[in-house]
Amino acid sequence: MIRLWVSMVVVFGFAPMALAQDVTLPEGLGNLTALKPPQEKQAGLPVDLSGFLETRMGARLQNDPLQKDMSLGEARLQIGLEKQVDRLTFRVVSDFIYDPVQDIYDIDLERGQGVIDLREANMVFSPLDFMDVKLGRQIITWGTGDLIFINDLFAKDWNSFFIGRDTEYLKAPSDALKTAFFFGDTNLDVVYVPRFDADRFIDGTRISYFDRARGKLSGRDMPVRAARPDDWFSDDEIALRLYRSFGAYEAALYYYDGYWKSPAGQDQVTGLATFPRLSVYGASLRGPVQAGIGAVEFGYYKSADGAAHNPLVRNDELRLLISYEQEVGDELTGSLQYYLERRLDYGAYLATLPVGAIRDDRNRHLFTLRLTKLMMQQDLKLSLFNFYSPSDRDGYLRAQVSYKIRDNLRLEAGGNIFYGAEIHSFFGQFQDASNVYSALHYDF
Amino acid sequence: MRNFIGMTLALSLLGAAPAIAADAMDIVKKANHASYYVGDDGRAKVAMAITDDQGRAREREFVILRKDEDETDGPQNFYVYFNKPADVKKMVFMVHKNVDRDDDRWLYLPALDLVKRIAASDERTSFVGSHFYYEDVSGRGINEDLHELIEENDATYVIRSTPKDKDAVEFAFYKNWIHKGTSLPIKTEYYDVNGNVLRSYAALKVDLVDGHPTVTAAEMKDHQSGGKTVMTYSDVKYDVGLPEDIFTERYLRKAPRKYLR
Repeated sequence: MIRLWVSMVVVFGFAPMALAQDVTLPEGLGNLTALKPPQEKQAGLPVDLSGFLETRMGARLQNDPLQKDMSLGEARLQIGLEKQVDRLTFRVVSDFIYDPVQDIYDIDLERGQGVIDLREANMVFSPLDFMDVKLGRQIITWGTGDLIFINDLFAKDWNSFFIGRDTEYLKAPSDALKTAFFFGDTNLDVVYVPRFDADRFIDGTRISYFDRARGKLSGRDMPVRAARPDDWFSDDEIALRLYRSFGAYEAALYYYDGYWKSPAGQDQVTGLATFPRLSVYGASLRGPVQAGIGAVEFGYYKSADGAAHNPLVRNDELRLLISYEQEVGDELTGSLQYYLERRLDYGAYLATLPVGAIRDDRNRHLFTLRLTKLMMQQDLKLSLFNFYSPSDRDGYLRAQVSYKIRDNLRLEAGGNIFYGAEIHSFFGQFQDASNVYSALHYDF
Repeated sequence: MRNFIGMTLALSLLGAAPAIAADAMDIVKKANHASYYVGDDGRAKVAMAITDDQGRAREREFVILRKDEDETDGPQNFYVYFNKPADVKKMVFMVHKNVDRDDDRWLYLPALDLVKRIAASDERTSFVGSHFYYEDVSGRGINEDLHELIEENDATYVIRSTPKDKDAVEFAFYKNWIHKGTSLPIKTEYYDVNGNVLRSYAALKVDLVDGHPTVTAAEMKDHQSGGKTVMTYSDVKYDVGLPEDIFTERYLRKAPRKYLR
């Protein structure tokens, strides 16, 4: 106390003295004894409201006789509400969509069809100091990949991704119980999905796909008919992530038990596409490397029993991802990824392959390059993301320009360009779906 | 964030500062301390008003939490929770500031529930589109420049600082006007090799917060582009008692509301 008093005397003694010629003392420093604590403001609304309104239009660059010319045309309103009651946080985020291209207005929350797409409806609480629970519809993401996922086996929406919706729509919601345990350095996430959540996969209704059974493209004429596991509590999924930091490095182990998220098999009797059983064991490591961030992620995909000898079920696989990101210039970031998908039991696969069927390579190699440049006080963002597979001889280029007219108003334009030497390869089959789009997006 | 950020001794240092013959490094250390290390931890609401050369206005609003790892004025952790503009609402930017190597940075994107590790960037690029640089916000290492006391009057010391690694920065040198009574830098000018001012900082308002003189309004002008950013702080608090684990993935995914209100 005495020290404080002495200090204040000293400060007081100095304050009124003459100022330097070329500097003005800020308000408050002229007389330090007069300094007062600033006024505190009151809190706002009882419910936290946020969202956006946007229109998004897209057109195909090629003619696909199996699809509409417009790849995308929709008006979307998103409303997010969050409310805290005691120690519970409730959150609902829902999209309301008018989409004449899809032209389906009946609501199917699972498939993300119709005028309502419920993105989140969950509650969050911490029953114990070392435990967080999130229960309900939610978006879940983990792993180290940039638009490539090995151990993140939560639902994706590939249609949204390929036609130029915002990247957040690549993740489809999961109806899940997520429990996170924190034991000091080591933490565990447990996600339980009581009823299987499939990807919103490419089924032909928006984007045509190569139909191996017919040996040609199928679209709106022949959408994929799938038999999805849909019994509550028996057709369930569980995903675990055990992670901890070692200094600046983050290591994780993963386990998943459920189903292939997109069709990976066919029922011999009904001809329906199936989601065979799948278990995944994985690991990842991420941290600083040189001037950037490096990561490696690995996954062993254990497909349904007997997959190796069943040509109608996808085989076991090894998947590997190596990535590196670094700032390469002024407000310019570059990242590179190498991804490998290696089919196991390749001999068995070849042996069971029907005569005349398309033969997949043992290894699928994929490289990605991302460049992101910010300009004009970060109001203008240029982004380029290219997937290229030397083994499939195909690729996919995502380009986007985004400009903020005001803080809340953004104009976007971009393209999704698919290319390939063959019509049946992963990206090659989507060549007719190459598109350009633009969007006007207003946040509130 | 100049000045929201500091330690308990600030006031007692004031007493010593004018009495002894001033050594430049000593002054810089105290200024660094008064600007970035007040208290063991701290929080503040920050509003940024960004104006570009054509008069267009942009706004940023965020809450910043800071905790020092120790008493050495060295490593710190930052948690920046965005409220505005709406498209970045609920996003979190987290930094573990290191002394001997690049900072570790994370970005949490709530719509994707994605915890993204981001590469350390050039410290002298815009912080969230404002005219403040990362280094202005988190503090430039005091050993990165050579400091000399070039002027002194009753109110201020004027320190001229020259970078040791000229290629790493956009300026040739900068001058810092440091208020004697509080050790707060109240004006900074960055110059090019020809002596032209590139950017200038000015503290606009100082309040006494929990006993610590604290800059609660400041501006950064870009003399080349003509734009400027004014930052104002509200609800500043020191020695909040932030738990260590706020600066971990757990609280990126689940915002620590208690400390963000």
